[in-house]
Amino acid sequence: MSVLVFADAANGKFKKSAFEVVSYGKKVAEQLGTNLVALTINVSSNEELYKYGAEKVVSVSENKLATFNAKAYASIIKQVADAENATVIVLDSSIDTLYLAPLVSVSLDAGYASNVVALPSSTAPFTIKRKVFSNKGFANTVISTDKKIIGVAKNSFGIHENPVSGTVQNMEVSLSDGDFTVKSEKVEKVSGKVTIADADVVVSAGRGLKGPENWGMIEELANVLGAATACSKPVSDLGWRPHGEHVGQTGKPVASNLYIAIGISGAIQHLAGVNASKVKVVINTDPEAPFFKAADYGIVGDAFQVVPELITKLKAFKEA
Amino acid sequence: MKILVCISHVPDTTSKINFTDNDTKFDTNGVQFVINPYDEFCLTRAMWFKEKQGATVTVLNVGNATTEPTLRKALAIGADDAIRVNAEPIDGLSVAKEIAAVVKNGNYDLVLAGRESIDYNGGMVPGMIASLVNYNFVNGCVGVEIDGNSATLVREIDGGNETLSSSLPMVIAGQKGIVEEKDLRIPNMRGIMMARQKPLQVVEPVSTANATEVQSYQKPAPKGAVKLVSADNIDELINLLHNEAKVI
Ligand SMILES: Cc1cc2nc3c(=O)[nH]c(=O)nc-3n(C[C@H](O)[C@H](O)[C@H](O)COP(=O)(O)OP(=O)(O)OC[C@H]3O[C@@H](n4cnc5c(N)ncnc54)[C@H](O)[C@@H]3O)c2cc1C
Repeated sequence: MSVLVFADAANGKFKKSAFEVVSYGKKVAEQLGTNLVALTINVSSNEELYKYGAEKVVSVSENKLATFNAKAYASIIKQVADAENATVIVLDSSIDTLYLAPLVSVSLDAGYASNVVALPSSTAPFTIKRKVFSNKGFANTVISTDKKIIGVAKNSFGIHENPVSGTVQNMEVSLSDGDFTVKSEKVEKVSGKVTIADADVVVSAGRGLKGPENWGMIEELANVLGAATACSKPVSDLGWRPHGEHVGQTGKPVASNLYIAIGISGAIQHLAGVNASKVKVVINTDPEAPFFKAADYGIVGDAFQVVPELITKLKAFKEA
Repeated sequence: MKILVCISHVPDTTSKINFTDNDTKFDTNGVQFVINPYDEFCLTRAMWFKEKQGATVTVLNVGNATTEPTLRKALAIGADDAIRVNAEPIDGLSVAKEIAAVVKNGNYDLVLAGRESIDYNGGMVPGMIASLVNYNFVNGCVGVEIDGNSATLVREIDGGNETLSSSLPMVIAGQKGIVEEKDLRIPNMRGIMMARQKPLQVVEPVSTANATEVQSYQKPAPKGAVKLVSADNIDELINLLHNEAKVI
């Protein structure tokens, strides 16, 4: 018996969420009195995971997987789970992991709970807490199958150091042509920009900004903070910003440490997607804007005055 | 082309979320139910295929009789027929198993489903269906074109997009982008009248097994009041974010 964690990486580098799920998996292994195994795919330097408690790393190298392939990744996770006799499999909530997790669930006949926000409150019955109703509630859920899959919600557990002296074991896996029937043709990334999924800080703006020509100051503020930029739904519907930046209930979920909302009213559908952020700052001319009820800090003021000043002051603060 | 669109019946996006029976049940009192927004994008895309390339569109829901108005709405938007699997949905895997049985029976070329439902947010049903019936699968689709037996798909990835190719049959989990918001359809009078005549078949479930079950619900802890900072005192905001919230 063991706990298996899939530590997701891109271009050979671990995603931040990989450290979070290893930290989480370590605690679950302790609760179950068993050992933790971390799986990595196409990562050359695995030792980084020892710091978070992975005493054993199973490392898979596969040339055919120059780009992510959900079915092949799912097949690898199953093979390693079988080899390691894993009863609990811990995954993160990166876009790629969310793609492959249901496939693993079926192949292992394992109950899958996604959006999990805490350690199991009990291991018999195996009970975990997950976010439901677009962050407007939690469900304490029992997984009753022998094998269990936990999808940990981003930034819900945090990264905790737990250094161990670990070992790496290289493992050969077998992949069939059937795993590659969906082919990646092209990957287009906006380079040099922090993405919403990775960002600790998100600077978001809404219709209060009046038009796409005013986003310069939003990008500059994001730059100063090393933040990703986001927007409300009407802003992307109007074509002022790309769809990928639309956050909320029907857009991307945001679970950053800091979320700055500028000229966004705070409609229930917007809040549902950003509530999971730890600290929320609102800048809005309307003191009655519903966002103030959901915010930690607020400025009632005009974005066109407040944001440039905030940029200047933050620059000075960062340099000091 | 035979298309199946999975329709989840969910509380309207503005619903207040409450629980009853000692926090063991979702309180449906006063809640308006709608087609899951992600499924609505998929349904609209299916209508586009029907009109431009020729396809039959079946909509499907796993649920009890209370979900029929939602299926009728999908028929009013233009689907040809509807299937309701007469089972109380318990978890993602059991729902996927019911849908997979329908897919196998009906030999669908394309199964469209929303990326997730806005009630339980599981994000697992489409991928599970694909696995169960061994169809190709693309998650988080923001674009799909079909030419004969081959599909070109665009999915969202961190910081960009990936273009993929696949052959039919397949399952696609869609989101905004698969069609634009402005292209969503509202049923018109004629559609509503016609929907009444369209077949809505009720089939019995194939299994009752589930893998997970909700034991109890909780609401998020109430939030403290917002700390307001004057617009002429940006230094104070920076100070609070640095020293109190410790986020910069
Ligand atoms: C099914 C459904 C799903 C939805 N999903 C989402 C979703 O996922 N995400 C989402 O965001 N929305 C979603 N919505 C839309 C949502 O209901 C709101 O319409 C939307 O969030 C409003 O965007 P906004 O705050 O940018 O614009 P508005 O509502 O127009 O608000 C603009 C705000 O800017 C302020 N303002 C104006 N000028 C200034 C200034 N100079 N300085 C500072 N502030 C200023 C105003 O006081 C106002 O509060 C959904 C709606 C539906 C029906």
